[in-house]
Amino acid sequence: MPLVLNEEQSMLKDAAKDFCTNNTPITQMRKLRDEQSTDGFDRDTWRQMVDLGWAGITIPEDFGGLGFGYMGLGVVMEECGRTLTCSPLLATAVAASAIVHGGSDDQKAGLLPQVAAGELLLALALEETPHHAPYGATASVEGSGDNVKVTGAKKFVLDGHVADKLVVVARSSGAAGDRDGLSLVLVDRDAAGVTVTRTIMADSRNAANIEFASAEGVLIGDAGKGADTLDQVLDTGRILLSAEMLGGLQECFERTIEYLKVREQFGVPIGSFQALKHRAAQMFCEVELSKSVVLEALSALDDASEDSAELASLAKARLNDTYNLVSSEGVQMHGGIGMTDEYEIGFFMKRSRVCEHTFGNSAFHRNRYGELQGY
Amino acid sequence: MAALEEFRSETRAWLEENCPASMREPESEATMIGGGKRQQYDDPNAKLWLDRMAERGWTAPMWPAEYGGGGLSKQEFMVLQDELIRVNARTPISGMGFSMIGPTLLDYGTEEQKREHLPKIISGELRWCQGYSEPNAGSDLASLQTKCEDKGDHFLVNGQKIWTSGAQYADWIFTLVRTEPQAPKHEGISFVLIDMDQPGVTVKPIKLISGNSPFCETFFDDARCEKYNLVGQLNRGWTVGKRLLQHERSSISGLNSGGRRGRYDNIGTLPEVAKQYVGLSQGKIADPVLRNAVTSNVMNQQAFSLTQKRAMEESEEGSTPTFATSLFKYYGSEIGKERLEIQLKAQGTQSLGWEGDMFSDNEKTLTRTWLRSKAGTIAGGSSEVQLNIIAKRVLGLPD
Ligand SMILES: Cc1cc2nc3c(=O)[nH]c(=O)nc-3n(C[C@H](O)[C@H](O)[C@H](O)COP(=O)(O)OP(=O)(O)OC[C@H]3O[C@@H](n4cnc5c(N)ncnc54)[C@H](O)[C@@H]3O)c2cc1C
Repeated sequence: MPLVLNEEQSMLKDAAKDFCTNNTPITQMRKLRDEQSTDGFDRDTWRQMVDLGWAGITIPEDFGGLGFGYMGLGVVMEECGRTLTCSPLLATAVAASAIVHGGSDDQKAGLLPQVAAGELLLALALEETPHHAPYGATASVEGSGDNVKVTGAKKFVLDGHVADKLVVVARSSGAAGDRDGLSLVLVDRDAAGVTVTRTIMADSRNAANIEFASAEGVLIGDAGKGADTLDQVLDTGRILLSAEMLGGLQECFERTIEYLKVREQFGVPIGSFQALKHRAAQMFCEVELSKSVVLEALSALDDASEDSAELASLAKARLNDTYNLVSSEGVQMHGGIGMTDEYEIGFFMKRSRVCEHTFGNSAFHRNRYGELQGY
Repeated sequence: MAALEEFRSETRAWLEENCPASMREPESEATMIGGGKRQQYDDPNAKLWLDRMAERGWTAPMWPAEYGGGGLSKQEFMVLQDELIRVNARTPISGMGFSMIGPTLLDYGTEEQKREHLPKIISGELRWCQGYSEPNAGSDLASLQTKCEDKGDHFLVNGQKIWTSGAQYADWIFTLVRTEPQAPKHEGISFVLIDMDQPGVTVKPIKLISGNSPFCETFFDDARCEKYNLVGQLNRGWTVGKRLLQHERSSISGLNSGGRRGRYDNIGTLPEVAKQYVGLSQGKIADPVLRNAVTSNVMNQQAFSLTQKRAMEESEEGSTPTFATSLFKYYGSEIGKERLEIQLKAQGTQSLGWEGDMFSDNEKTLTRTWLRSKAGTIAGGSSEVQLNIIAKRVLGLPD
C-alpha cells in the first residue's frame, strides 16, 4: 500500500487547503459559537463544499459520487482539521458507509445520490453510555424489513440535530455487549416518536441526545446481523476522524514551534531553552509517526484490506495520544496567552479531547488491537 | 514492471541455486560475518556464500557496478531484500565498511580512493572501524585532539581514540584528526584513512556491562597515513565526518533495510514471550498492565516501521539520509530499549540469568541483549544529541 499521495490526491489536498484557509478559517468556528448558530455550521459554506464534490468523494460513481476513495476524503478531512472546520461532512460520510456496505440496491440507488448531492445529511446513532461501546446497544427494534419500530435512547450522536436521517444501532435480540442480534435501522429525524436534544460541547461542534419511542424506520441489511457492517462503519469513522485529527495536531504543532521562535524571555527566544527543544523534538517524532499510520489506514480502507480493523485501532490510538500531547504542550508552551479564549491554540485542545472520546479512546483501541492480534 | 518481475524470478532462481542450506538457518551474534584478515569462517559455507554474493556485487547491492557493487535500483534492491527474506538467507557480511565508510567515499572520495577501497569492502577482504570518539570528545566530537601533522610526503598521527567498535578485528580505520590546532574547532579537522597494520597503531579491548568486549581503545604513536588517504579537503573533514554520521544513524535505525529485518529474532517476539511466561486469562495475556505495555510497544514499533517505509518511498534516490535520520536513530533506539525492559518484566527472574544451566540459552541471550540495548541511545550520537539536531535542523529552533 503506497504511503505517498498520487498526483490527483495531492491536487485535491492543495485545493482543500486553499478552501479551508480562505472559507473556513478558525474565525468561522468562533463566529458560529458566539452567534449560537442553531445548525452549528454554515449552510452556504456547506453548499460550496458540495459544489467541490466533497460530499460524494467516497460515494461510488454508479450512485452519483466521485468514487475517489478514502485517501481522497482523508486529505480533505486533514485540511478541515487544520482550521477546525465545522461541517456535516464526517458524520454524513460515516453513516453513509452503512448504506454503501450494508444497504440494499434500492437503498443505495435511492439515498446515495442525494448524499453525494449534499441534499441528505446523515448521522450514526450508536452510543448509550459515556464510553464507546460498539456492541453496547440496549435500544430495541421490532418488526422486519421496511416496517420496523425503534425504542431507546442514544447519546453523543454527531451532528444528530441537523441530520435528515439517522442510522440507528438497535437490538433485535440478545443483551448489551452481544455482537449477535444488532440491527441497523434508518429512521427519519422528523418521524413520530423521535425527540432530538442538541448538546453543546467544549469544542463548539455538535452532538445530540436522541430518544426513540416506537419510531418507524427501515432495516439496513438483515435483522440481527448488523455487526459486520457496523464494524466497517466504525473503522471508517475511526480512520476518517484520525485524518481530521492529523490536520489539527499538525496545525497546533506548527503554531507552537513558531511561537517558540518569536516569544522572548530572559533576553532570548524561548525556543533556545533545551527543556522546550527536546519536548518539541519528541513531538516532531510522534507527529511523523502519526502521518504514516493515517496514510496506511486510509489506503487500507480503499483496498478493503483485511488489515483495516487493526490499522483503524493503530491509527485512532496513536492520533488520540498525539493530539492530546501536542495540544496540551501547545497551551503550556504558550504560557498565559495559551489560556485565553482570544488566542486560538486552546481550541485544538478542546477539539482533541472530543475526538479522543469519539469512536474509542486509546485504551479501547490498544485492547482491541491486542484482541485482533491474539495477545 | 515486467523487467522488475523478471529480475525477481532470476533472483529467486539464483538464490535457490546458490544460497547454501546452512546459510538459511537463523542467524545470531555468533554467526555474523564482518570480513577482514582476522575473520574465521567456522562454517565453510559462510565463506562460499560471501564469495558468491560478493561476485554479483550483492553484498553492496546499490553501490555502482564499476566499483564492484550490485548497481541495483531502489526497486530492484527491495526485490532482492524480499527474496533474501523468502529463503531466510543470512546476511553474507556487514559492518562499518558497508554502512559508513563506503557510502561516505561514494559521496566524497576521490576516484582513486573509490577504486582502491570499495572493491575490498565488497569482497570482504578488509574490515573497517571508526575512530571518532576520544576520552574528552564524545557528544562534543568537534573538540577532538588527535594530532595529524604534514610531513611532506605523508601525515604523522599521534593521539588516542576510545570506544572504537571492532578495532581488534579491523584492518583499516577511518578517523577524524586535528590538522590545524589554531583554527576554530570545526575548521581544523580532517578526515583520514589509516592502515592499522603498522607499529604506530595499537588497540586494547574494553569489557562492557554485557560481558563482551566489542570495543577498544586505539592508540596512534607516530602512525603513518598516506596523503592520498585524506578524504575531502584538508581542514574540511567535519563536513565529511557529519555525512558519515548520517549514514551511521540511518543504518543503526534500520532505515537502509526499509525496516524489514527483525533485530531481536533470537529472543522471541514480545507478545509470545509474555504469553509463555505470564500465561493467559480468558485468552489474553494474564497481567493487564503488562499486556497494555506489550501492545503499546508493538503498536509503536508498527507505526515506526511504517514511517521507515514512508521515508523510503518519499526519498527518490532510495536510502539517501536526510536530517530526518535523527528521528529514526532516536525513536528506533528508544523503542528498542523499551521493548527489552518490557521483556524483562515479562520473564521475571528468568530474565536476568548470567551463566549456568538454570537458564535457557535464549534467557541468557536476553540478559546480554538487554544490557547491550542501552548502548543504542548512546552510540552514534546519544538520544539527547539527536533531539538537539531535530530541534535545530528540522524545526529551526534557535541556539
Ligand atoms: C556500544 C558503543 C559503541 C561505540 N562505538 C564507537 C565507535 O566505533 N567509534 C567511535 O568513535 N565511537 C564509538 N562509540 C562512542 C559514542 O559515539 C559516544 O559514547 C557518544 O558519542 C557519547 O559520548 P560520551 O560517551 O563521551 O558521552 P558524553 O558526551 O560525555 O555524554 C554524557 C551524557 O551527557 C549528555 N549530553 C552531552 N552533551 C549534551 C548536550 N549538548 N545536550 C544534552 N545532553 C548532552 C549525553 O546525551 C549523555 O547522556 C560507541 C559507544 C558505544 C556505547
